[in-house]
Amino acid sequence: MESNSVSPAEIIRKIESLKSSKNDIERQISALEAQLEKLNCNDYGRITQSSNGEITSNGSTCPLVSSLGPATGHGLAPDMIYRYSRQLLLPSFGVQGQANLLKSSVLVIGAGGLGSPALLYLAACGVGRIGIVDHDVVELNNLHRQIIHTEAYIGKSKVESAAAACRAINSNVEIVEHREAFRTTNALDIVRKYPSFHAYKLPLVSGAALGLEGQLTVYNYNGGPCYRCLFPTPPPTTACQRCSDSGVLGVVPGVIGCLQALEAVKIASAVGDPLSGRMLLFDALSARMRIVKIRGKSAQCEACGDKAALNERQFQEIEYEIFTQTPFSTAPLKLNLLPLEARITSKEYYQRVVGGEPHVLVDVRPAHHYKIVSLPNSINIPLSSLEGRLPEISDALGNKEVETKEVTADSGRALYVVCRRGNDSQRAVQYLNKMGFNSAKDIIGGLQSWADDVDPKFPMY
Amino acid sequence: MTSFRLVGVISIVTLIRSFKMLMFFCLFLRGGLELLCDSVKIHNVDLEPENGEKQLTMKHLLSWVRTNLIKERPEMFMKGDSVRPGVLVLVNDCDWELSGQLDTTLEDKDVVVFISTLHGG
Repeated sequence: MESNSVSPAEIIRKIESLKSSKNDIERQISALEAQLEKLNCNDYGRITQSSNGEITSNGSTCPLVSSLGPATGHGLAPDMIYRYSRQLLLPSFGVQGQANLLKSSVLVIGAGGLGSPALLYLAACGVGRIGIVDHDVVELNNLHRQIIHTEAYIGKSKVESAAAACRAINSNVEIVEHREAFRTTNALDIVRKYPSFHAYKLPLVSGAALGLEGQLTVYNYNGGPCYRCLFPTPPPTTACQRCSDSGVLGVVPGVIGCLQALEAVKIASAVGDPLSGRMLLFDALSARMRIVKIRGKSAQCEACGDKAALNERQFQEIEYEIFTQTPFSTAPLKLNLLPLEARITSKEYYQRVVGGEPHVLVDVRPAHHYKIVSLPNSINIPLSSLEGRLPEISDALGNKEVETKEVTADSGRALYVVCRRGNDSQRAVQYLNKMGFNSAKDIIGGLQSWADDVDPKFPMY
Repeated sequence: MTSFRLVGVISIVTLIRSFKMLMFFCLFLRGGLELLCDSVKIHNVDLEPENGEKQLTMKHLLSWVRTNLIKERPEMFMKGDSVRPGVLVLVNDCDWELSGQLDTTLEDKDVVVFISTLHGG
């Protein structure tokens, strides 16, 4: 390509046009696939696409051959025998395991870091019907761990993206899309579409991964505990960390998501010994997995115990966000701790920098955040070490010549505090004000607002 | 077979050593709880029973942990005299619900794990 002569706008226009053609083609493929699906269900023979891409027709094309055809007795179609042959060869799984799997339904809640590998494996191994629930859209910073999604789906529904990937792997699987958050108000309606289980008795394969650690267990299975048996009271909000704040190494949810798929396959095919009444703890950094024994089903459990009187209506009326004190939305917390005069917008700060105002900018993010990106001429004093490092601020403000044991706070220079999103900076200013740094102001919305309102090229994370 | 024998030998050793009333514990803090203790995950603890007590209990260990290990935000670890909701306590890889929670007695070489449950991913 002669890229020199093409403007960025032109390239963007071409990309958009290609993307739109791609969508059209995908829609046509889906329509044709649905048409093919219908044809496969009728009596005129089964059309399948062989692995070399050739269209073949098999089934009852020749009555004589058909009557002398192979005896199987398990109902697996010839193409299924070939596709799943490596699983059928396992003595402990075999034809019965596969037949059970093909008849089963699995609902995957969340098509993120855990759901991505889980969905890929569940679709590939031949679960009959897979439901996917998620309300979110694909973002660039998801792709390092949410491996089911590709760049082409950025900005689009995660469910749409994951469903397309699953269909591409295995067109025999029925994929059901639920583009909504899983809430008490819609949970029962969604779960009811997966009829093999009573809604409350569904085995739940629960996984979690954060940072470099993961956890996995199976609830509601064969007399084992349910989630509420193990955790009768929700933890305080502050104890729940999120990937967008604490970080997560991509492979870690990948490992746990794969194990979730494995446990789901074991339960659905009725093979092996699922991880019920036990919990797996995974520490990626030290390469350790530990399986611990957890309590059994609790007779006093409010959800599943002997006296539990939770009916459907009561369940739907539970205000889960209030119960757990955790807002459902993934929108970051926005504190408002300071009076207006102790705050400044990122635009105002920019004006003052341009205007040459002498000032000190303290960045209170943790050091490893500061290393990712920072504003020029800022000094990094993480909030957790602020208390012991006040003299550094004092020095920077130019108060060094005043030789007293007390930290001297106010000088002619302005003092601004910044963090990632504008919460910790408020906490810091509150503390600084208390310690006599009366001019300290926080930059509203932190570096995020700097990137949004002042410098769109400033890399955010 | 070998592994079963090995387990037997270890338990006998544990029993003999516990008579010395000198306790060594291995504490693991995981799932973010280590952040409350300067990010140190494994602590070897050497404790003796309180005056008048024959054996050390989890109750005593918890109050010791709170005083000696937790460097910040104790409310992230404790509530009242027990752990806060969402923290699982494992004594020798077994949920402390099964061994008597705060009354669980501890012996030499016991391994106690505090784990904060993770959410999402």
